[in-house]
Amino acid sequence: MLLIRCPYCEEERPELEFRNAGEAHIARSTNIAGESDDDFEKFFFIRANPKGVIYERWRHIHGCARFFNAVRDTVTDKFIMTYKAGEPKPAKLPGAAK
Amino acid sequence: MSAAFRISGAGRLSQAKTASFSFDDKSYSGIEGDTLASALLANGVHLVGRSFKYHRPRGFLSAGAEEPNALVQVVRDDARKTPNVRATVQELYDGLTANSQNRWPSLAFDVGAVNDIASPLFSAGFYYKTFMWPKWAWKDLYEPKIRAAAGLGVSPEKPDPDHYASRYTHCEVLVLGGGAAGIAAALAAAETGVRVILADEQAEFGGSLRFESGAKIDGQDGYAWAQGAIARLKAMDNVRVLSRTTAFGYYAQNFVGLVERVSDHLRSPGRELARERLWQIRANRVVIATGAIERHMVFANNDRPGVMLASAARTYLNHYGVAVGRNVGVYTANDSAYAAAIDLKKAGVNVAAIVDLRDNPSGPVIDEARALGIEINFGRAVVSAGGKLRVSSMTVQPKNGGGERTIPVDAILMSAGWTPSVHLFSQSRGKVAFNDETRRFVPGTYAQDCVSVGACNGTDGLDATIDEAYAAGAKAAKEAGGKVGKGAKPKVDAGESWSRGMLGAGPGAGPGTTVKAFVDFQNDVTAKDIRQAVHEGMHSIEHVKRFTTNGMATDQGKTSNMHGLAIAAEELGKPIPQVGLTTFRAPYTPVTFGSIVGHARGALFDPTRRTATHGWAASQGAVFEDVGHWKRAWYFPKAGEDMHKAVDRECVTVRKVGGLFDASTLGKIEVVGPDAAKFMELLYTNPWEKLEAGRCRYGIMLREDGFIYDDGVVGRLAPDRFHVTTTTGGAPRVMNHMEDYLQTEFPHLNVWLTSITEQWAVIAVQGPKSRDIIAPLVEGIDMSDEGMPHMSVREGRICGVPTRLFRMSFTGERGFEVNVPADYGEAVWEALWAEGQKHGATAYGTEAMHVLRAEKGYIIVGQDTDGTVTPNDAGLDWAVGKKKTDFVGIRGLTRSDLVAKGRKQLVGLKTKDPKVVLEEGAQIVADPKQPIPMKMIGHVTSSYWSENCGRSIALALVAGGRNRMGETLYVPMPNGTIEVEVIGMVFVDEKGERLNG
Ligand SMILES: [Zn+2]
Repeated sequence: MLLIRCPYCEEERPELEFRNAGEAHIARSTNIAGESDDDFEKFFFIRANPKGVIYERWRHIHGCARFFNAVRDTVTDKFIMTYKAGEPKPAKLPGAAK
Repeated sequence: MSAAFRISGAGRLSQAKTASFSFDDKSYSGIEGDTLASALLANGVHLVGRSFKYHRPRGFLSAGAEEPNALVQVVRDDARKTPNVRATVQELYDGLTANSQNRWPSLAFDVGAVNDIASPLFSAGFYYKTFMWPKWAWKDLYEPKIRAAAGLGVSPEKPDPDHYASRYTHCEVLVLGGGAAGIAAALAAAETGVRVILADEQAEFGGSLRFESGAKIDGQDGYAWAQGAIARLKAMDNVRVLSRTTAFGYYAQNFVGLVERVSDHLRSPGRELARERLWQIRANRVVIATGAIERHMVFANNDRPGVMLASAARTYLNHYGVAVGRNVGVYTANDSAYAAAIDLKKAGVNVAAIVDLRDNPSGPVIDEARALGIEINFGRAVVSAGGKLRVSSMTVQPKNGGGERTIPVDAILMSAGWTPSVHLFSQSRGKVAFNDETRRFVPGTYAQDCVSVGACNGTDGLDATIDEAYAAGAKAAKEAGGKVGKGAKPKVDAGESWSRGMLGAGPGAGPGTTVKAFVDFQNDVTAKDIRQAVHEGMHSIEHVKRFTTNGMATDQGKTSNMHGLAIAAEELGKPIPQVGLTTFRAPYTPVTFGSIVGHARGALFDPTRRTATHGWAASQGAVFEDVGHWKRAWYFPKAGEDMHKAVDRECVTVRKVGGLFDASTLGKIEVVGPDAAKFMELLYTNPWEKLEAGRCRYGIMLREDGFIYDDGVVGRLAPDRFHVTTTTGGAPRVMNHMEDYLQTEFPHLNVWLTSITEQWAVIAVQGPKSRDIIAPLVEGIDMSDEGMPHMSVREGRICGVPTRLFRMSFTGERGFEVNVPADYGEAVWEALWAEGQKHGATAYGTEAMHVLRAEKGYIIVGQDTDGTVTPNDAGLDWAVGKKKTDFVGIRGLTRSDLVAKGRKQLVGLKTKDPKVVLEEGAQIVADPKQPIPMKMIGHVTSSYWSENCGRSIALALVAGGRNRMGETLYVPMPNGTIEVEVIGMVFVDEKGERLNG
């Protein structure tokens, strides 16, 4: 069972308290009604599904109930970092080569 | 009376404490502290089982958890019959009853042994090849036969009456394995004051100190030192010592699963004791001290009862005081078997000969064996074991060929060397590395905060092991925040050191031979099978494993993996590391389902939610149905009524007079804040800004793809406050969906969401008399049609308690839904019931609710929709705000497929024969005479007998349904085709006049 750091509670809690909520940094258009078919396809259907580093959303559903973002390695399952919803994609990951 | 093979003066058990037991209905006597294996061996019993595939007679290979052969069934009573118990692990208790497995009619004469003679049929990959043709025969002929013949042991006939405990805990340092290394590491860590847990699978700590008679630590015999150290650790407040506890799984971030066997070793455990306890431990640092496992030699008939690991024979002698024979032979490729020969010789057992595959080894144990007068043969091999139910001889040959010599023996002790137990390290996702010099896999790259020490790390010798383990324990504790310890490192005065040996098949079992030289005893895999797999194209060790099943039995290849790998590598002409090691998976040893399930069974398997009126409904004889976690009253049968009669009466009474229905399970969410209406505009298709406070609206929620996600009536209590209802099953996900958008897409909106499902009990009162039933109990609300029209909500009091009173209808009749704080739900229900009785109203359940709403064509999301239905498909286009510029799903609704012609639309169906009730889910076709497979144009979503209509009614999703009004369609069923007519969805009161009736 993984330990996940909730950026709102500011502590590590067991995985059982959390629920995955899909890929992060996929913003809903403010003019979604006017979006082209291609753009809507990209927004709604297309996901990266990488082997390696993934940016994804989690919810501390059995805790503070907040959604937040996490960087995780899909090969090792290790969480590299977590950050609050709305914060930009981190430019550099901790432990990454310069 | 002492058993025949118990040696007086040997071992550590007290001869005074006897325990009687039975094996295959024969009574024996053992001693407390014995395992079932040592007690049987003390009585001269070696034959204890039949092998899985060939039904070959089998005895004990080991004295521990790695045992592949000696699997027995331990029987306490009809409900407690544990199969596949390793006799080498099962502790003896007075009265223990065990039986052998996989034999018929008896262990000594087993009909299934014909498989041994017919073995060419059962060679590697036989399941995949032999039974492939003809196709039908697999299901009807082969599989039932194989299933009957295969499998070990039998299941108990009754449910497991035992209970299983579960504990979560944390510690700074978790030490896995309680041999010399583990104890030293635990001592070092414990002295720093941090929380330490030390676990070992055996009943007593000490590991290989149980048999290493040459070990001396701090001036004491090694095993005695271990007991003293454990007593010291147990006395420390910061240390938890767990015996009989196997670490079976190593998971992410130092989360380790262990099973403690609490009472399987007791004669009468008593109900207060759990059978097993699951420990889930999160450790800051883990020290792995799991030791090493001795390998057998691979030669013809190496599976005969009496052929066993040298260290096992030594354990039986030095710990249990049991000689495994009177005239033993030894076959080895390293030094450690000499120690067994020496110990047995000194105990008075004749050692017929030591056969050593090495050419000219030298060393103190060899000198000592020679000095004791034991015959030693270098450069020779045992090429075959004689005997059937018990080994009777060993045939010895120079390893490069030559004259054979047969030596009579009653046991063969073998050692091919020691395999470090890297199972848990591997499970932690660490990568093993092959040491070319010592030819073994040892921990290489670590993936977690753990360290391997001692034999499992490839560290040879007791001195080096204690040094390494003590330092590692101190370091782990320091890294986890411990202080500097002030204890002293245990001092090793004398120890044993074994390394090297051989991997793979020995002489006489090499390439080109067809003898049965077993690599994997439990799955009956021979050296020949591995080579055959390579010849047939399995070039990866993972393929060889699956093709031969080598290492796939419950022992997980503890003794067989390295031999199998070496044989495959030789055959492939590749070095071992290039062929690779198969993955080690949890569990390390078999784990009962009971310990995993723990208390989560029966009533505790899943939570049960009950509404406030549950007790009242039960007292009225209601029949309940499960809806998610909820228990809901399904119908209320009166004396003599079956379900149909009860539902018919309830449906008729509601429309004629009135009825009470518990609607508390509907999800309820309060949406509050200055931007509440804006939020509702975005989450629902309907317009909300202009809805007046005090009014209600039926809302539809979509996913972004444009399909219906949920629906429900929403009341606006105030400009900044909405009382939203959801479907019963949808409540949690709707809340999640709302929170998701509020937190991540629309965080600028000043809104709070609160789940209030549990806070309000909801009593639906429906029917022409509904107002008359409620009105006498209500204060502060004008209940006239002008004061409280259909689709309005009022706050006031009922029976003196606060209420949110909705005027709404899911029956098509005049109706109300009375929300009261849940604690008052039952009292208010009873008051309303008393009023209802005056008018002849009924209580009705979910079945009548379903029929009544279907009569009105009201949909149920999840029944009449399936996640691919749009509001237009469901005939609900009117609920989509046409002037709105944004709501979740607005873009999805314009996708080409969602606006295409011919989509399936919800319609009503009328069977030509009014008595025929369609089956929900039945498929609909336009032409019943078309050839199979027919083109399906839709399916029935809801179907009931309607007593109010005097006929059956149904709703269906049909392609282009609304353009097919009056058309005849067909529902092909096994008993004939049913003709139906497409009609509108409303079967009762099409004009809606009854809402004010
Ligand atoms: Zn949190």
